[in-house]
Amino acid sequence: MTAYAMDSWTLTRRTLLQWRNQPAQLAIGLLFPVMILLMFAYLFGGAMQVPGGGDYREFLLPGIFVLTMAFGLESTFTAVSSDAGKGVTDRFRTMPISAASVLTGRTVADMLYAAAGLVVLIACGLAVGWRWHHGWTNALLAVGLLLLLRYALLWFGVWLALVAGKPEMLMAVQILVWPLAFLSSVFTAPETMPGWLGTIAEWNPLSATAAATRELFGNPGEGGSWWPAVIWPLALLTVFMPLAVRRYRRLT
Amino acid sequence: MRDLAIEAEGLTRRFGTTTAVDQFDLTVPAGTVHGLLGPNGAGKTTAVRILTTLLRPDAGHARVAGHDVVREADRVRARIGLVGQQAALDEQLSGRQNLEMFGRLHHLGAARARHRAGELLERFGLADAADRPAAKYSGGMRRRLDLAAGLLIGPAVLFLDEPTTGLDPRGRNEVWREIRALVTEGTTVLLTTQYLEEADQLADAIAVIDHGRVIAAGPPDELKGAYHLDVVVRDTESLDRTAELLTRIGAGDPQIDPDQRRVSVPVGDRVAALTEAALALRDHDVEDIALRRPTLDEVFLSLTDERSAA
Repeated sequence: MTAYAMDSWTLTRRTLLQWRNQPAQLAIGLLFPVMILLMFAYLFGGAMQVPGGGDYREFLLPGIFVLTMAFGLESTFTAVSSDAGKGVTDRFRTMPISAASVLTGRTVADMLYAAAGLVVLIACGLAVGWRWHHGWTNALLAVGLLLLLRYALLWFGVWLALVAGKPEMLMAVQILVWPLAFLSSVFTAPETMPGWLGTIAEWNPLSATAAATRELFGNPGEGGSWWPAVIWPLALLTVFMPLAVRRYRRLT
Repeated sequence: MRDLAIEAEGLTRRFGTTTAVDQFDLTVPAGTVHGLLGPNGAGKTTAVRILTTLLRPDAGHARVAGHDVVREADRVRARIGLVGQQAALDEQLSGRQNLEMFGRLHHLGAARARHRAGELLERFGLADAADRPAAKYSGGMRRRLDLAAGLLIGPAVLFLDEPTTGLDPRGRNEVWREIRALVTEGTTVLLTTQYLEEADQLADAIAVIDHGRVIAAGPPDELKGAYHLDVVVRDTESLDRTAELLTRIGAGDPQIDPDQRRVSVPVGDRVAALTEAALALRDHDVEDIALRRPTLDEVFLSLTDERSAA
């Protein structure tokens, strides 16, 4: 095994050990989106109209999936910024390991977390009556788009965390994430918003993924083609992946 | 000539308009403890960050454990340990899990990492707490675990950046004891500190740093120079007369501090000076007479005075 693969695995394993040490924390993290799902499905859902008709819960689930991917930004931010703040990152950087392995370790762990989160939510979605209607292949493609969005946001999160350098800035990230999530087609259709706000919501990267997954799952609401849900994350990656790596090395 | 563990020449690093490290020279023979002493913001940490490959110098060069810190950073990294100002640990992992992780990242292999972690936990008195999360450790325990993490590979050069800042006296003594033990095993230590006492306790040689430059270097006793004789009087009226008396006894000009009602003078032969002063002041209203080593502030001020006078 190469040093890169070995070091990346050691660092992924570190997160797995954290989960084993603190299972309650892991469970709370995975169940938080479920709470949001139940809240919207049963508390607000009765008052929601899906444009073009259809069941609100069917409309809601792809939105909740997207929202969960966006929330992932916070866990990435917390992990990376607390390492930076406590000097753990510096310790890594004085060891004979590459920047790539440190970042890969983080990435793999976060993607595992995201995948686990999706599995839990899909199970809960099925329990509250949500279904996919266009077969397994399209459903898996939709899951792929969701994970791609998470992957792009992950690098944005790593960069933000390295710039912030300390976990105290988490509040600021939350202030960023929540409007980003609500100002999209995650919970409500942009057509129902005032004109300019609706336009912003339609252009929100989260809306692109929400629309594409609604289409692929065959759920109600305005669907959309897959390509904006690929282009947006790729654009984010093109910008933030090199920025994050450069910020990590920060040796200029 | 002995092997040099650290050689730095003309290191300079600027942040914007401030020069954090300015033409910094340092020579540390292998197997010694070297203190880097200076106030906050003097450039100690920046110097350490350059020497531990975390930061590139704008000018100058440095070799650590025989390798250039810029061109051969990976080779340097394989031979050094860094213990920074705060415990660089994963608090969600246990002490043992932390050490095993860092050991694996040092490419010791899983089995040796496990063995080494066990050894170090034992040595640092953390065996009982080994499987508790580091978040539950006391400050002193965390610092010891941090020190253990810096020692996983048995580094040729260990960098300790203010290793006792924020520790209570007991935790500080624990850390000092470990540092002394390390030195007997042949590790070279570069220690930064704001405390003269700490450098005095541990270091074979000290470099005093101010505004990014080394302004004095040598063994602790040499740097601290003369003892000071302090005389505290009961009445501020008698300060001048006391100072006059002490002028004859001291090796330099007496300093008067009216707020403390104290006259302070550097002395040569301290026992003779104390005896003489006690006799001369017998009929004065003296509250206290004491001999003491100069504080870092005084050493520092006298060094910076010399520099501005030169």
